Amino acid sequence: MNTGRFGEFGGRYIPETLMSALLELEAAYGACKDDPQFQAELDGLLANYAGRPSLLYFAANLTRQVGGAKMYLKREDLNHTGSHKINNVLGQTLLAKRMGKTRIIAETGAGQHGVAAATAAALLGLACEVFMGKEDTERQALNVYRMRLLGAKVHAVTSGTMTLKDAVNETMREWTRRVSDTHYVLGSVMGPHPFPTIVRDFQRVIGREIREQMLRTEGRLPDAVVACVGGGSNAMGAFYDFFGDASVRLIGCEAAGEGIDTARHAATVARGSVGVFHGMKSLFCQDEFGQIAPVHSISAGLDYPGIGPEHAWLHATGRAEYVPITDAEAVAAFERLARAEGIIPAIESAHAMAHAVRLAAELGPEKCIVVCLSGRGDKDVAAIARYRGEELHD
Amino acid sequence: MTKKIGEAFRDKKAFIAYLMAGDPNLAVSAELILAAQAAGADLVEIGIPFSDPIAEGEVIQAASVRALAAGTRLDGVFDMVASIRDRMRVPMVFMTYLNPVFVYGYERFFARCAAIGIGGIIIPDMPFEEQGEAKAVARRHGVEIVTLVAPTSAARTAAIARDAEGFIYLVSSMGVTGVRSEITTDLSSIVADIRNVTAIPVAIGFGISSPEQAAKYSAIADGVIVGSALVRIIGEHGMKAKQPLCELIRTMKDEMV
Repeated sequence: MNTGRFGEFGGRYIPETLMSALLELEAAYGACKDDPQFQAELDGLLANYAGRPSLLYFAANLTRQVGGAKMYLKREDLNHTGSHKINNVLGQTLLAKRMGKTRIIAETGAGQHGVAAATAAALLGLACEVFMGKEDTERQALNVYRMRLLGAKVHAVTSGTMTLKDAVNETMREWTRRVSDTHYVLGSVMGPHPFPTIVRDFQRVIGREIREQMLRTEGRLPDAVVACVGGGSNAMGAFYDFFGDASVRLIGCEAAGEGIDTARHAATVARGSVGVFHGMKSLFCQDEFGQIAPVHSISAGLDYPGIGPEHAWLHATGRAEYVPITDAEAVAAFERLARAEGIIPAIESAHAMAHAVRLAAELGPEKCIVVCLSGRGDKDVAAIARYRGEELHD
Repeated sequence: MTKKIGEAFRDKKAFIAYLMAGDPNLAVSAELILAAQAAGADLVEIGIPFSDPIAEGEVIQAASVRALAAGTRLDGVFDMVASIRDRMRVPMVFMTYLNPVFVYGYERFFARCAAIGIGGIIIPDMPFEEQGEAKAVARRHGVEIVTLVAPTSAARTAAIARDAEGFIYLVSSMGVTGVRSEITTDLSSIVADIRNVTAIPVAIGFGISSPEQAAKYSAIADGVIVGSALVRIIGEHGMKAKQPLCELIRTMKDEMV
């Protein structure tokens, strides 16, 4: 079977109990994808509810400071709920309604996807339950309350490392208990087929807009598109429409935590190997016996031991590059963007920002870089203060 | 010689006992497997602990944590099984997740299984459609891949059954493994669907914990699989689990038709 494969990666490695739900989802998505009415409804929500198209902002101050390539920021942080996650969530929640589901469940790391899912559920009248690692509920306490405010039930997951990986485990377990009325709104381009494809398709609006906006403002395509990668949905969305443009470098920034030479990182491409987990064959941080490794990142959203299968394939074919960014580099970029442009990025997006600044200097002034600013940083302010030694709590 | 899975079902209903290798440690696991056999288990399913067992409920998740914390590694599990194989009269199968098998390498893994008398393997995150690459290698080494059928398999049941080896693991109800007081799935009709296309035995698992359930489900199928109820005893009694474990196996087995 070659269903949902990206080269050797992808597939559908999932308990038998869930197979019918995945087949149902695949069929429903196939029908919606080509249904003008579904697309019109989604486009309407993206425009009138999420606030699309998002801006492509020229970071003039930062560009001047660095003295290299022009840096443009794709402002996904300005979307409703504050990140790119809303693009996928609106699509999947509409799809869930089409399938007659009355309840959605979702995993969340930083809380951005959970908040987006709770928001879409509130808007479209579905029940919503979110699974979040206990450690993350503490790191992102404000988002937990935000989800509750939106009417969602939040479960603090206490198994394993109590972070994103365990939240995914628990959401999958919950789905096996109750598939008939429930859709699992997976938050990234990962998991079993058809999720990596569905999420990519709902996120590709990012790259499509970048292309149009660059052609309009610069009259040409960017030389590089840079995005952070946990599971990899904002990166995949930003990259996808440039696959065929060889002149556009596609660069994913993964979390190097305290450094890829330490045991505390989440650098799947730099340090992982091929495995099968969470429904997909892809790259994972794991030991020699295939036990999934505990990972670390200052960013709850990148604190994941795997990467979406299409990214693994882009890496294998060399179409995209992946670079590790440490906690310290990300925090420095977080602070720099705040001061230079008055924009506080999500700590996830700050990983992309850190590399973009380096790349801009390297490429020189004739070039243009687009950085996907996948989310806003309000949720991270307290954590960054603590990182800098200030006792500040949400 | 490796005992084939089919032997467990010959002229009788099979009681299949699941135990996690390395819980509480590998030396005690070896004793418990032998004890389960002595108490009447017709087939022993040996769990290889995995860091993220997504099909398991809390009881077996906790056993995985205990086994890994006790330092259990795949090579150690192989050695433990090798150390008891001469004393095993009933077939043994592994149950684990695909990643430990894939990372070890299919060829190396199944060759090792064959060498230590493992007759089959159950991999809950490797559904029928994804079995191809592992099955070819397993077959070459005479290791049978046991496939699961779930209440939601519906139209896929016949296709799965036609291709099945060893036995068919019929999942009693929705959800993860774990003790259930009530099972509402119409299992008889699923068993009938399977019988229409194959003579391979069907064993029912997930949630079977009482002698009454063992009686009821062994009457409609060829065997029952009991995991969480046994593993829970090990969780409670640790090094002293042997006696209560054997008692439960005996009582459940006695009720089977």
